[in-house]
Amino acid sequence: MVVGKVVSSTSHESAEKRLSVLVVDDDPVIQKIHKMMLTNKFKISDTQVAENGKQAVDLHRCGAIFDLILMDMEMPIMNGVQATMELRAMGVESMIVGVTSHGLDAEKQTFIGAGLDDCFAKPLTIQTISSLLQLIAD
Amino acid sequence: MERNHLQRQIAVMRQSLFDQGLVDEQFVQLEELQDDANPNFVEEVATLYYRDSSRLIHNIDQALMKRPLDFHKLDSYMHQLKGSSSSIGAKKVNAECNQFREYCQIGSAEGCVRSFQQLKKEYGALKKKIEAYFQMVRQAGPDKTACSRN
Repeated sequence: MVVGKVVSSTSHESAEKRLSVLVVDDDPVIQKIHKMMLTNKFKISDTQVAENGKQAVDLHRCGAIFDLILMDMEMPIMNGVQATMELRAMGVESMIVGVTSHGLDAEKQTFIGAGLDDCFAKPLTIQTISSLLQLIAD
Repeated sequence: MERNHLQRQIAVMRQSLFDQGLVDEQFVQLEELQDDANPNFVEEVATLYYRDSSRLIHNIDQALMKRPLDFHKLDSYMHQLKGSSSSIGAKKVNAECNQFREYCQIGSAEGCVRSFQQLKKEYGALKKKIEAYFQMVRQAGPDKTACSRN
């Protein structure tokens, strides 16, 4: 199981990588679940929540950097597609993973085309988050 | 003896949530997040869901009274409801959300109204059952939930 601190060791030194995750979703239920998964199950102490795309963009404008961004598609004020495009235009290189209840491939493709690294159906499972964190840690 | 009986009742009640198709695997995912530090996590999530979704239900009720129906708005509300319903594992509610959205796609007002009535039934049935379940869990106290499926 991947934890918030990833410890790797070579023959002469060890390094710690503290992961940070941003959950971008307007649904308080999803916010609570994803935050709990990250903080409790995977011990990611640096987990923040943004209620819409604009908040996510503003966080980055203020200098925040995250290893992983879980981006909902449909949100008020600024949706996930717009937010992802803006973040990529700003030069944000974090892994951005779309999370959507949209079943239609066309809409998912639009979301992925905005600059996502991947896209998953809601709700995210513990296994999916584990795989994502492992990818970042590697 | 009494505690064992209560535990058995909790286990039976929990299993019936799955057997009756009211909840799916996502409910188990939520249970896996529960621990000594957060012993009531699933109940907290369910409570949050019912609080937040009641607002959406009300909005949809209001929107269904208007003529002509704004199918785009209705679909948007239902999309939100579907998202949080699936996140707590509300299987039947989620299925009705999908049905409603199909009626929105084809512009069937009658279908939307009928589907929404069914959705509210399922929503209410789950709420009643899940509240009774958590009441029993609270009665049993911490570490007394049956989290393994039989």
